[in-house]
Parts: sequence; structure tokens; C-alpha cells
Amino acid sequence: MLKQPKLIPPRFATRLLLYFLRDDLSEEVIGDLEEKFYVTARTISASQARLNYWYQVLHYMRPFAIRKRSRTNSNHYDMFRNYFKVSFRNLVSNKGYSFINIGGLAVGMAVAMLIGLWVYDELSYDRYFQNYDRVVQVMQHQTFNGVKGSQTAMPLPLEAALRDEYGADFKYIAIGRWPDGHILSRGDVKISKDGNFFQGDFPEIFSLKMLKGTRSAFKDPSAILLAQSTAEALFGKDDPLNQSIILDSDINVKVVGVYEDLPANTTHTDLKFIANWELASAHSPWIKRAATQWGNNSFQLYAELAPGADLQTVSEKIKKIKQDHAERERQFSPEVFLHPMRDWHLYSEWKDGKQSGGRIQMVWLFGIIGVFVLLLACINFMNLSTARSEKRAKEVGIRMTIGSMRKQLISQFLSESFLIVFLSFIIAAGIVAIALPWFNTLADKSIVIHWLNPVFWIVSLCFIIVTSLLAGSYPALYLSSFQPVKVLKGTFKSGRLASVPRKVLVVVQFTVSVILIIGTIIVYKQIQFTKDRPVGYNREGLVMIQMKTTEFFGKFDVLRNELKNTGAITEMAQSSSPMTNIWSNSGGFDWKGKDPDLQTDFGTIWITHEYGKTVGWKVKEGRDFSREFSTDSSSIILNEAAVKFMNIKEPIGMEVNWDGNKYTVIGVVEDLLVQSPYRPVKQSVYLLGYNGVEWIDLRLNPEKSASECIGLIESVFKRNTPSAPFEYKFVDEAYDDKFKAEERIGKLTTVFSVLAIIISCLGIFGLASFVAEQRTKEIGVRKVLGASVLSLWKMLSKDFVILVVISCFFAIPIACYFLLQWLEGYKYHTQISWWVPAAAGMGALIITLATVSYQAIRAALMSPSKSLKTE
Amino acid sequence: MIETRLGEFEEVILLLVGILGEDAYAFKIAEEFESQTGRSVSIGAVHSTLDRLEGKGFLSSAMGNATAERGGRRKRIFTITALGKRVLKESMDFKVSLWKQYPAFAGKFNYGVS
Repeated sequence: MLKQPKLIPPRFATRLLLYFLRDDLSEEVIGDLEEKFYVTARTISASQARLNYWYQVLHYMRPFAIRKRSRTNSNHYDMFRNYFKVSFRNLVSNKGYSFINIGGLAVGMAVAMLIGLWVYDELSYDRYFQNYDRVVQVMQHQTFNGVKGSQTAMPLPLEAALRDEYGADFKYIAIGRWPDGHILSRGDVKISKDGNFFQGDFPEIFSLKMLKGTRSAFKDPSAILLAQSTAEALFGKDDPLNQSIILDSDINVKVVGVYEDLPANTTHTDLKFIANWELASAHSPWIKRAATQWGNNSFQLYAELAPGADLQTVSEKIKKIKQDHAERERQFSPEVFLHPMRDWHLYSEWKDGKQSGGRIQMVWLFGIIGVFVLLLACINFMNLSTARSEKRAKEVGIRMTIGSMRKQLISQFLSESFLIVFLSFIIAAGIVAIALPWFNTLADKSIVIHWLNPVFWIVSLCFIIVTSLLAGSYPALYLSSFQPVKVLKGTFKSGRLASVPRKVLVVVQFTVSVILIIGTIIVYKQIQFTKDRPVGYNREGLVMIQMKTTEFFGKFDVLRNELKNTGAITEMAQSSSPMTNIWSNSGGFDWKGKDPDLQTDFGTIWITHEYGKTVGWKVKEGRDFSREFSTDSSSIILNEAAVKFMNIKEPIGMEVNWDGNKYTVIGVVEDLLVQSPYRPVKQSVYLLGYNGVEWIDLRLNPEKSASECIGLIESVFKRNTPSAPFEYKFVDEAYDDKFKAEERIGKLTTVFSVLAIIISCLGIFGLASFVAEQRTKEIGVRKVLGASVLSLWKMLSKDFVILVVISCFFAIPIACYFLLQWLEGYKYHTQISWWVPAAAGMGALIITLATVSYQAIRAALMSPSKSLKTE
Repeated sequence: MIETRLGEFEEVILLLVGILGEDAYAFKIAEEFESQTGRSVSIGAVHSTLDRLEGKGFLSSAMGNATAERGGRRKRIFTITALGKRVLKESMDFKVSLWKQYPAFAGKFNYGVS
């Protein structure tokens, strides 16, 4: 009858309409629309009719026509209220479980939040600077004896070459020295601050927030910018602008501005003043000379890329600039490149010219720990809920028979977990707020929580939702899968298999805990190992003082005599490098039998005669410098590393040529560990020199107390160098600073692993109490039949012990694998000896037994008459 | 207080309901609106206005009879209430009084309005 397909309105549009339209309107509206459809189809065309139908449907999306939520969901509201009420009653009636659940979860969340804040702080490093995306540091790779190294130290002429040849690619370029302590004085006020010399565009590159003055005023060759804290220390309430102050006792500078102190999470946070570059070059002849020395890598170079300039392209362009300009440097095949600001903090390590990570590894490490600690707390929640499922099986059964859909039961248990997570979150936020100052000290950060920041709340809300889904999903799915008939008949018994996932989760918990324990032990072992490394001199009672002003110079004998007369010291010497670093490295050494391909690179340290006696080094061969030999001004002392590097058999009496001078080796000393305790000692040479020394080293009189000695020393310095504030450092303390980063990791991992273990223990404590409760009758029967307390304790503890042992099997290889990798990163590292995993495993076992035993013994001691009477 | 202010669209719809009488249901009113004004309008927009006017008490409605071209579905017939009529009248009176005060047109209109 009908040849062509029947013409009807688009089905999908109708379905859509019915989906949102109020039910009472559907008849008239569909009627109207259909009428319209057929009229249009008749008068215009079928396709127009279809199109128009859609148009009409979409235009029915109006408030008046749309299904009212409240009307259809009123039931849901009551239902949710009921869910929360039931959850709340459950919480109150099982105070012990609630405490374990909420407490454990709160601690886990607090840890995750703290770590989250820490990670956020790390990732937002340097974002304070406006031109974050375009600021770069110019760096270079160089190859020495086949090893490709990367450094930020650059030659001075590079700056002019970049400006002349690639000026279009850079908006600003600023070269500078290294941050260092300097003395600023205004009249009688003298303060010592860390600062640096930079070219005029530095404030622009780093978009310094000027509180007084302008950035451009810094271009004045005698200009200095002060950080706010420096300005306050120096000027108090007075206006510092355009005032003259004295830098390092003899340089007159003019304050042209005050900038906001750079926040703690920026690269130059220690920069408390910036002086114009011209001051440095005008007052240091060596810098003037360096202007043409391509081999003198003594400066740092920052730049801002021109808008539109691509980092990679520019980096590639300037790669060969040093080789092109300096023929003599080609032997080191220097490659100049740009390091973008976003990578300064997190990706600052290179291996063979390739980026090899850096602090980002810490971020990953702690991020993973945070996730795991949270996971542990979630596992507790899952385990306790499913373990107690039998108790709630009847409730589930009744709900099902009354007509609850599975979906509704799932939402019930999810809302229950939401409630618990929400309570935990409030407690966790409290913990974080209280623990933050302490955490800041521990992690050396100044993190604040932005309570009023909407982003914080959005993140928190997501965090709550994710955690409740994570913690609640398994119990929700598990509990809602019961069959009501079985449950209500009472034949429901979770069989052996039901506890398998629970056991798996406990194994996961303990695997993580054991890994953390092993990690903590190894970190501490590594720190101890490097601390115990022989240093080759005597650190205790050794004090160093930097000679920051010219006033110190030429007073060696006066100071030495006066200090010795007071009895405060037993010896004094001066040196060109502090006892905690080597400031000067030089190449161009030559000696008889030198491998012509060997590129020489020695730490060069100028010292005075009594240096060896002062620091207490050990002469292995030959002799120390002595005032009795006038020839010692052209003598040289090597350290053992230098002898090995030079590959010589009989060093004493050998001639070494350097810089056109001949030196005779008179002695070999044991290696002095003054740089990184994790790296091999640098091959070094010691030369006599009374000029160009910058540090005074003092050996305190061991018969007097340190504070008494310092008091005496201060009075001598006050008399002889009145313009410089008296500042000193104990070498052993300065040396300990080198371990700060590692000790921080150690402390943080300790805290986190302790918390992880506590959380895991809370979990098994809850499980054990549940198991004991569940087996009350069995235990009663066993006791009647003659079981001893010991055998009952064994029976109840066995299950948990097996789980812990299994966890150890997983944890030990995983931990060893990652820790070996971590240790590989250190040239000097400890071994993972067999006792470490063994101790960690035993520790976990003992803690578990202690936790479980409390419940097991309590259950075993219960009188059988009581336990059999129940029900 | 009763809401008495009428929008232009509302006023037109109200009048169309009066004009269409027994045939005043959403689709027809929309068709009539398009043919009288030349402006296109969606049935939904008309329906929404009818619903609002009914809420204000200017219209009442009842389900009418079904026809074949709408798949045997009934239609909702709207009728003007006494209040609706009074509001229409007040609206016109108000405008006429305004017109009368407008000097350019004053005295040129005579609609026989007392």
C-alpha cells in the first residue's frame, strides 16, 4: 500500500523531547509539534519539516517545560538523608573502627596534602618572575680527558660576542659574578650581606619588583640596588634613595632603588643587593684582564630571549660561538647552550651533555610516597568495611528485598565513604595547619596554605571525591553484590575466597611499609658513610674568617702574633680558598713524562707557611713548607689525587712547569676533603703565597673553651680591622652543611615511613580485632577442649605473620632495585648489606606481632563460658 | 498584588487567544502570530508565554478534543479569563491616554473610547 517510507517526525528528536519535557505536557506538546511537522511537510518539504521539528524541540528547552528535579527527586533527598543517618549511627556504634578509619585516613590525607603542597611549591619555583618563559641562563658543555661536563661558569668575552652577533635573538643580556658575602657600610652601620655584581639589564630580566626607584636607574655605573631587608637593616626608617654607601670598605656606591626580597622559592633568593657590573670590573684588575680571555670561565651569564625567538633555535645557533672565537679552547670542544628558567630548579643535572634530571627525581619520589601513604589509609578503610560486611549483610539484604537497586546500594556505601572522608579531611586540614611550620623547617621551605584561594578548595574537593571513590569503591561493589535470599536465610558466610582480596591489600600495605623502612635505613647509612669518610685534616676547633675588606691585607704577622699572645689559638694561616671548597682551578701544567693528550686541570690553592700545621694535614712523603727554606716560594705540594692524576712514581724533587714558572715538588699530603663529600677529591696543588689569599684559618687552643677563644679573637680583630664586622665559621659546622640535602631526605623519609607503618598497623589492628571477634565461639570451643593460650595466640597471629612474610618477598627486591639506582648516583656510596632488608623484615614482623598479639591474647584469655554464652 | 503589566509579546498572544477562540492552542497561536506579524516564532516560545499568562491568571486552559493529524493526541485550549480581558483593556486605555497627551497626534484619534 505504502510505497515510500512513512513520513514521521525524527524519532531521536522526540526521544530527546520526552527526556527533558515535563510529563504532563508531553501529550499536548508532541501533538502540536506533530501537527506543525505535517503542515510543514505538506506545504514546504519533508526535509524542511524534519529540520523545523528539531528546531521546535530545541526551543522547548525552557524552564517552564523542563522536568522539575525537586519534584522527581524528593525521594532521593530522603534516601540520602537516610544513608547519612545510617552511616552516622554505624560510626557512633563502632567507635573503635570509626577511630581507626577516620584517624588513619586523616593521617594519610594530611601526609598527602603536605606532600601535595611541597610538590606544588617545587613546581612553582621561579614562577615569581614575570618573564618565566623567556629567561635563560647561558651554559656550556666542555670535554676534559674524554669526560663531557656541563657548567654555568662562562668566559667574559662571550657576553660581547653574543651582543654583537646574536643581538636580535636576545632582549636583554647580563653577565655577573658569583654571589658572595660583602660588607655594606653607611657611617657607623656596617652589615654583611650576600650580593652580586651584574650588568644593567639584570633587574629587567628578573622583573624585580621595585619598591623605590626604578629598574632603569641601575644602569648608572656606580649604582646599587638593595633588597628591602638590606635597606631596612642599613637605613632603618630613612629614605635610602640616592644615598651613598660604601661597599667592601673602599668602593663608593649610590643606592638607586629598593626591590622586594626575592621569595624563598626563587633561584636568586639569597641575593640581598645587586651592584653594577662596572664597579666590579673597575676595582678588580683580573676582571679587566678577563675581558679577552676565552679560557677564563669565571662568570655567569643570564639573558632574556627576544619575543618570538625560539629557545632551541637560538641554542643551536650559538653552539659553536666559543670555538669560533677561541682557537685554544677547541681542544675542549666547548658547546654553548641556553638553559631555560623553567628547568633551572628541577632539571639541573647533566650527564655527557644530556639533561639527566635533578630535583625532579625528588618531586617524583615524594609524590609517589604521598600517593602510597594515602593508598595505605584507603586500604584500611576498604579492609575494615569489607571485613565487617557480614555484620551489615542483613541490612543490605533487607534493603534489597524492599526494592533497593544495586545502584542505590552502591551510592549508599559511597555516601558513607564520602562522610568518613569528609570528616577525615577536616581533621587532616587541622593537622596540616598545625604541622605546617614544623614541616617547613624540616623541608627548608616557606609554604603557606592559601585558605581563601578558590583553587585550593577546588583541589580539596577533587581530593575528597577521589579519595572517597578510591576508598569506597571496593566495599560498595562488594557489599552490593550479596544475594538477598542467602543473606536473610542466614546461610551467607563469606567463604575462604572472600578474604583473599583483603589479604592482597594487607600484603600491598606491608610491601610499601617495608620498602619505606629499607629506604630510610639506606639513606641514613649513606649519610653516615660519607660523614665517616676520612677528610685528611682535623676539622674540630678549626675556624675560618673571610678577609672581605682590604683592611685585612698586610697584617698577617701582626694578627698572628697578637692572636698567639692571647693564647686563643695555637696557629694561624691564610689560604686562597675556604676549608669547604676550592675556589680556583687551573690548567696548563706540564712535567717530565706527561702524557701529551692529558688535559691538566688542578685545584690551585695558595697558602701560607703554617697552613699544614694549622689545619692538621698529614704529609705522606717529603716535607711541609718551611720558613727555613727560602726556595720554598717556588716549591709545590701535591695531594695524593694529584700524584695519581699525573701518574708519576717519584714525585719528590720533580719539576713542574706552570704559567712560565718552575716549581719543585717538595711533598705529598693526604687528600683533603674540602668539596663534595660524595665525589672523589680533586687533584690539587698547594703553593706558597701571601698575596691573593682570602681566608684566615685559625687553630683554636684546645685547652680553652671555644667561646672563650672566640671572645679573645674578636677583640684582636676589632682592634686591627675595625671596619669589618667580625664574622667567623667553624669548619666542622660549615662541613656539616654539605649534608643538609641528604639529611633532609633522610628526615622526610623517616617521618613518612613511620606514618606509613602506623597507618598499616592501625589497619591490621582493626582486622585482628575483627577476626578475634568473629572467632569468639571457635576460641571458646577450643579452650574447652584444652587449647592453651599460647596455641591460640599462635593460631590467631599466624595468618598475619604469613602475610608480612609474603610482603617482604615483594618489598626486598623492589627496594633493593631502586635504592641501588639511587646509590649509583653517588661516587662514594655505601653498600646494601644483607642485614638491612633482614632488619626491615624483622622490624615489620615484630611490629605486626605486637599489634596482633594484643587482640589475640585478649581473645585467648576470655573465659569460654562467657564467649560460648553469646547469642 | 496581581501582576498586571503586560509585555508586548504577551499582549499579542493574549489578543490572539481571544481572536482564535475555540482554536486557541499553542501550534495554532504560533501559526497565527507568524501570519499576522510576519515574524517567525517557535511553538515553545509561545507555549512558554501561554504558561506564564496562565500563571498570572489572565488565561485558563483545558484539554480539548483530539484530531488525526496530531496522532490522536488532545490539544490544550486556552481561553481568556475576566481578569485577562480587564488587563487587555487597561493596557489599551493606558496607551490611548498616552497617545492623547502626545501633541503631534492629540485629537486626531477617535476610537470611541469613553
